[in-house]
Amino acid sequence: MRLEFGAISKQFGNHQALCDVSLSVPEFQSLAIIGPSGGGKTTLLRIIAGLEIPESGHLSIDGQRVNFSEEFLLSHRRSIGTVFQAYNLFPHLTARENVILPLVKVHGRSTDEAHAVVEALFERFELSRHADQRPAELSGGQQQRVAIVRAIAIKPRFLIFDEPTSALDPEMTAEVLDFIAELRGEGRDLIIVTHNMGFAREVSDHCLFIAEGHVLEEGRSAELFSKPQHPQLVNFLAKVLRY
Amino acid sequence: MDSFVTQKLGRPVGLAAMIFSWGLVALLSTALFSFAFSQLHYGWNWEAIWQYRNKFLQGWLMTLAISAASLLVSLIIGLLAALARRSAFLPVRYSAVLYVEIVRGTPLLVQILILFYVVANAFGMENRYLVGVLALSLFAGAYLAEMIRSGIESIRDSQLESARAIGLTRGQTYHYVIFPQLVRQLAPPLTGQFASIIKDSSLLSIIAVSEFTLNAQEVNAFTYSTLESYLPLALGYLLLTLPISLLSRVMERRFHFAT
Repeated sequence: MRLEFGAISKQFGNHQALCDVSLSVPEFQSLAIIGPSGGGKTTLLRIIAGLEIPESGHLSIDGQRVNFSEEFLLSHRRSIGTVFQAYNLFPHLTARENVILPLVKVHGRSTDEAHAVVEALFERFELSRHADQRPAELSGGQQQRVAIVRAIAIKPRFLIFDEPTSALDPEMTAEVLDFIAELRGEGRDLIIVTHNMGFAREVSDHCLFIAEGHVLEEGRSAELFSKPQHPQLVNFLAKVLRY
Repeated sequence: MDSFVTQKLGRPVGLAAMIFSWGLVALLSTALFSFAFSQLHYGWNWEAIWQYRNKFLQGWLMTLAISAASLLVSLIIGLLAALARRSAFLPVRYSAVLYVEIVRGTPLLVQILILFYVVANAFGMENRYLVGVLALSLFAGAYLAEMIRSGIESIRDSQLESARAIGLTRGQTYHYVIFPQLVRQLAPPLTGQFASIIKDSSLLSIIAVSEFTLNAQEVNAFTYSTLESYLPLALGYLLLTLPISLLSRVMERRFHFAT
């Protein structure tokens, strides 16, 4: 897929989250967005996901202009699978019901059809045992895997992950990252914001480094991680890779 | 002996241990009250009371009707007050705060008297049953407002965000995400509130609403049989509140889930 940002700015109160971001990201299958906390990477991701409206600028996905009106954004969001840090699932519904809800109520599938889809996906990703459990009965890793299944069940154009493992312990992090790597292996398009540099490097073919509201560096991941150019990126990678 | 001790509340209890323990409790309390009543030199006169059985029944039914009406009205008041407390417009929010604090901080008895003799009088409301229902509703509404507010606030922003991300409309979010959780959370305290309203309605006897308590008082005045008038009164209230509190406990167990 391709992305094109044209002078995108977004402000929260006095905080300028994104300043005039203009960039054309060439054909990629998996894009990683990295950078220090509060630098604007999540804001950019949320604008792509249709969850945030920039003050100015425009965005094109695969050459299609995103119209920042609520009607358009609703159908835009419906075409994307988004997974957040944590608490993606509704606590009053079982794992199965969580996946079925958008299929039936948003995408108009019949209940039988939705059940069949969930059955197949849970079977494949070894979640069948947990189908009738509520989120509180699942581990953090299982919850995230169910959230990812919910995101792919609707056959989205692409997937968006916003720090999907930052609320998990290391063992569960591996469980979720393996799952995402598997999806990428299937050829699904995805965009991920992550603090896990090893994973970003391994799973992405293109990478953006964002700090202080600007895209300071971008390029093919293999190069960006092995030969970082911008001093801030050099500094950032040195810091996060030290331990 | 071990089977009579549960290490943790909520652990399943063996049937035999449960029956035996309840039996023990029943035996001890029966013994206590039998002793107390046996010390009493009192000429029981149940025949006089039996003649007034219809009066008891009417009062009991009136209490049930007033409580049911009050529950309904208090739900509406509580919902409005809860929403008002979350209002961005400060005068509305502060009115709700004032209402909740004043009602929860003063005795219901005083509220009934002021509402009936001052407020209702000033506005020409003469129907004491209507004023009674209103007083109980305003009282319970303040408690419900706080329950509903904390119920709404306990639904995390992240859930609303998830609902948006999967493409639910605003209406669908209320329908499938917020409302079901609110109902599950509120069902147990609401039934508990209903039991409270039933008991609190006895205070309406002071403005001469002909409910269960007032009728028992009148029977006492006619027959001079105090205990015979008030024992059926206690029993009549228990008949209403016990099933309700059982229902509340069943619902709590059924709807329980951690967020």
